[in-house]
Formats: sequence, C-alpha cells, structure tokens
Amino acid sequence: MTTPVPYEVVRWESETADTATVALRPAGAALPSFRPGQFAMLYAFGVGEIPVSVSGISRADQGLVHTIRAVGAVSGALYGLRPGTSVGVRGPFGTDWDLPAARGHDLLIVAGGIGLAPLRPVVVDALAEPDRYGRVNVLVGSRTPDELLYRAEIGHWSTATAAHVAVTVDRPDDRWTGEVGVVTALLHRARFRPHGTVAFVCGPEPMIRATARDLVHRGVPAQRIRVSLERNMRCATGHCGHCQLGPLLVCRDGPVLGWDRAEPLLATREL
Amino acid sequence: MTDSGRSAAVVIGKDGLAALVEVLVERGRTVIGPTARDGAIVLAELASAEQLPYGWGVELEAGHYRLRPREDGMAFAHSAGPQSWKTYLHPQRVRQWSAERGPGGEVTLRADSDPAPSYAFLGVRPCDLRAIAIQDRVLTGGTYADPAYRDRRDGAFLVVVECTDPGATCFCVSMGTGPGVGEGDDEGYDLALTEVLDDAGHRFWARAGSAEGAEVLALLPRQQGLGTVAAEATATAARESVTAAAGRMGRSMPPVSLQRLMAGSLDAKRWDDVAARCLTCGNCTMACPTCFCTTTEDVTDLTGDHAERWSTWDSCFDLDFSHLHGGPVRESARSRYRQWLTHKLGTWHDQFGSSGCVGCGRCIVWCPVGIDITEEAAALHAETWSMLESPEGGARP
Repeated sequence: MTTPVPYEVVRWESETADTATVALRPAGAALPSFRPGQFAMLYAFGVGEIPVSVSGISRADQGLVHTIRAVGAVSGALYGLRPGTSVGVRGPFGTDWDLPAARGHDLLIVAGGIGLAPLRPVVVDALAEPDRYGRVNVLVGSRTPDELLYRAEIGHWSTATAAHVAVTVDRPDDRWTGEVGVVTALLHRARFRPHGTVAFVCGPEPMIRATARDLVHRGVPAQRIRVSLERNMRCATGHCGHCQLGPLLVCRDGPVLGWDRAEPLLATREL
Repeated sequence: MTDSGRSAAVVIGKDGLAALVEVLVERGRTVIGPTARDGAIVLAELASAEQLPYGWGVELEAGHYRLRPREDGMAFAHSAGPQSWKTYLHPQRVRQWSAERGPGGEVTLRADSDPAPSYAFLGVRPCDLRAIAIQDRVLTGGTYADPAYRDRRDGAFLVVVECTDPGATCFCVSMGTGPGVGEGDDEGYDLALTEVLDDAGHRFWARAGSAEGAEVLALLPRQQGLGTVAAEATATAARESVTAAAGRMGRSMPPVSLQRLMAGSLDAKRWDDVAARCLTCGNCTMACPTCFCTTTEDVTDLTGDHAERWSTWDSCFDLDFSHLHGGPVRESARSRYRQWLTHKLGTWHDQFGSSGCVGCGRCIVWCPVGIDITEEAAALHAETWSMLESPEGGARP
C-alpha cells in the first residue's frame, strides 16, 4: 500500500444536513492529476480511509474537491474536517468517465443522490467546451428537495448555459414546485439522438439499473452508457480483494465502466 | 560435473541437509521449514536440520488431520500442513504506515520501514511454489506493487522439495502444479531436492535453479562413495518416485475448463446445498496458500496524536467483507461460498491470469465440516454438464 500524502482542507461548504463539499490543497508535493470519475482514498487521522470520487478538480492549484456524506465512522470524521486541518490522500485510482471520447456526441448525464458528485466535473468540463459536444443534458434525481446537492450550481447550469437541466425529487415538500418522481421520468424530455449519445450514469444501483435499461430500450448502445459503481475498498491498489464484482476489481477495472460489462454482473444477485 | 552443479546430478545425504541449514544460517538467513509440533507439521524457524520432521507423516481426509510416525525416517514424506508460506511472505498482520499529528493539527505520514527479513524456506512443496508465484502476480504483478511483500519475496531463498508421498486430499496433478518441478533457471526456486530412500540409502537428489542456489549447493558435502553413475541412478530413482506420486493423487478436479464451469454456474442449485453445510468460518481462506485478501485496522495511542494503519488477513466469508452503506453485498452463505469458489477457480483467471488453486488440499483438510472443493466442483460440473461440455475444455487452468 502506498502512503497517503497530506492535503490541507481549504474550504468547507455544507450541501445538505449530512453532506459537505470540501476543497483540498496539497500541503507539500501533489499527487498526479486526477481525471473526472477517478477516486481518491481519503484518510481521516486515526479513524480510517474510504474511497471518494473527485467532485471537482482545481487544475490551477492542484487542488481536489470531494463531496462527503457522513454515513459511517470515516465519512463522519471527514465530514467534520474544517479549513486548516489535514487529511491524507492517495490516488488517483480507477477508470475515469473519459469525456474526451464523447466528442461529437450528445451527452446525457444522469445522477441520483450523491451520485451527482462524481458527475459534477464531467458537467463542468462539458460546459466549458460546449462546441465539442452535441446537446448536453443534465438530469438530477434527489430523494427530497433538502438532499439536493450543488443547488446554486445547478441553477447556473440551467439558466446560464445551453444545457438541458432537469431536477426531480421522490418526496416533495411544501415549497417544491418542480418535477416529482424517479429520474428516469426525466428522460422523455431530454434532447438526445440515441445512436449519437454517450450517457454518464451514477447513483444507487437500482437507479443505475433502471436508467441504463431505459436508455438501452431507447436505443443508446450499451457500451456508450457509462456507469460508476461502488464497492467496499480497503486498498484501491488491487490487493485487498474487497471490491470484487465477478471478474472485476472495481478499484482497477472501475469504478467507471460500460453498461455492456456491468449489466450481466449487476443482474446476478449478491455477486 | 560442472562447478555450478546445475545440469549434473548432485546427491547429498542427511549431513548435506544439515550443512544446508548451517550454510543458510551463516549467510544471515532466517531458515523456515517444517517441524513436528503440537500434533501437526508446522512451519517454524529452524536452527538445525535436526528439527525437520524425520520419521513423521500425516493422515489426511476432509476435516481430518493426524500426525503419524513413519518407520522409514523420511523428512519430507508429508503433504501440506495447516500453514503455508504466506505466513511469512504475506503475514497475517502488517503495519502499513504511521501518522503523527502535530500541535497545529498538521499530519505527517510515514511508510513502514522495517527492513524485510532475509528468509530461506526449506521444504517448499511444488504446489506451494506455484502458490507463491500466484501471490507474486496478485501482489506485485499489477499497476501497483505491494512494496513490503516485494521486499520479503525478493529476499527469500527457496528450497523446493518435490512430493513423493501425496496425501488423500491432494489434487495437484489435475491443477498442473505438482508433484514435481521442472529443471532450469526460470522455475522459481533456488534449490530443488528430491528425497530418495531405497536399498542404496537415504539421500537427496539436488539441483540449483539460480546462481545463488548453485553457490550454496557447491558448499554442501556430496554423499560419500557415490560416483557419477550412482548419482545418476539417484536422479533416476527420484524422478521415478515423483512420477509414481503423480499416480497416487487422492483427489482430482473435473477435467474441464474450471473457469468456464464457474462462469456458467452462478445460478446452480448446488450453492444452496453447500451453503447448508458451510459454517462461513473462513478456515479455508486462512489455510489457502493463495488467498490474499486483507482488511485494515486503524489504531491510535493514548495521546491520540500517533496513529497507525495495519492490514490483517481477511476472509470473503466474513459478512463485513462486502459491506457498503446499507449492508453487505453478499449476505447469504450461498453467495459467500460462491464468491470464494468462483473466484478461486474462475474469476482469478480474469483478474490475475491464472487459477487461484494449486491443488494442495488444505481447504478440504481444515474445513471443520469437511467441505471438499473437488467434490463441489464435480457437483457443479454434473449439474451444468450439458451446457458446458465441449471439445476444447481442458484440464489445465
């Protein structure tokens, strides 16, 4: 196992009741640069280490942005870090979304819940060079309005860019005036040519399955539906065995892979 | 005979074996080999060849292991014991790094830098030599090499002893991993020995597989009174006893592509049958010489400012192994046994380019309820036979 490199927390922004976005900057030498979709192992001092995808890449100062939901001991400790404190970082690990390969295609970016975090740098990069791609669609699903990430940024994508942006929630509150329902219900109004589309899908596994199957049904080739998977990971270097999914080591062969490969594996219960 | 002793037959006696341990110790190596202790053949540090299990054999069956005295006084006429070389090369508990938190909250991380021991392994069975090569591929063959494993491995001197008395649970022949080794420099051993006991006496046919092996071999006393002809006769007797051992395997795997069998068996009914017997204790994974999975443990001292990360062996039979927020991916015993077997015999090929099984039989012997990997593979084969039987299915992994 490689040893983590110290990074300093330089910004902490609350997203929801249990989720925050933290910006990190190398305290000394930086790690090699990350690509959207790749992940880091983040080490909370004395508590442990978990895999977290990059939700932002600051190329200017070699910084990393991670969106962390406090659900366990380590993510809870990472969520609790404030500017000025240190975190250990290893990486970059895993496959990336490979946005450059989608040049000339319509883009369909579909996120469920915290699954928007690894997709955010794809949206940012795509919107930074809109001429390279066809129509850009960003479809976001959230359980409740309060759990929606990056609210201001989504608003910006929606109003200040040419992208088609749609948001839906499963359980609306009194103030919610937008769409209600699962994220796949947003597909019919998205603007994309199925055969000329690359889809990027991340969220809970049932959401990934439902979205990918819907897209296949609409004619998007399975290998151009890229999904990001989550498994338990202890090392991220292919040595601990925890992230196996059939023939795959998700840390090495994933987390991003084509639906053509993921579909049969996710179809087997408890694989 | 050349000085290197590489191509010609060299024969050493028990005194030669004693000298081998002495030479290796003198060269600063920690010699590990089999010894009879606590009712089993265990691996331990040897100060002298006297500690080898001369006159001990083993009686093996599913869920059954007994040490048995042997009249003939042979040292290596026993098959795999409860441990394997991963105990030393991929230890059960290893510190990965240490971290200090300074007064300002800044964290300093330091890789573990304990120097690797310089091991010599005496009595590596051919199946276990292949198991070491498999762990090499897993832990050092990919994009990332485990540096601590690599250091321990690079510094290890391997003395293989071919198998002449396989156990009832052995099936190395059907896995293509034993009971003998090839000759030459790329076989992965430094020295190879074959124990021979007949009217001409108790002796060992020896050959080197590396430059250091040749150097060590040259320092050992040759058996007195054995001319070239007698040495060649010993080599012939050794080859014959290894060939005979191949014919006495206690078990075998079905002669099909196990990788394809596993890939096609994910929905087999047999998993429910084996799950009804399996205790999910993980003994098979601990005894297996190739099982490599680890988990991590983070500890701090009382001040809270010194932290360490340790990796420890883990088992895919543990519920926490596949834990994600919300629960384990593999909750049922069925899915956990299936993970172990399909990985060992099937998806290991996809991940690391070879089978993960070497046919040593440890998982059969040390299973408290006697689940037999060869029987389970055969049952899966019987269940899915019609789907998978095809001319190109081969026995080799």
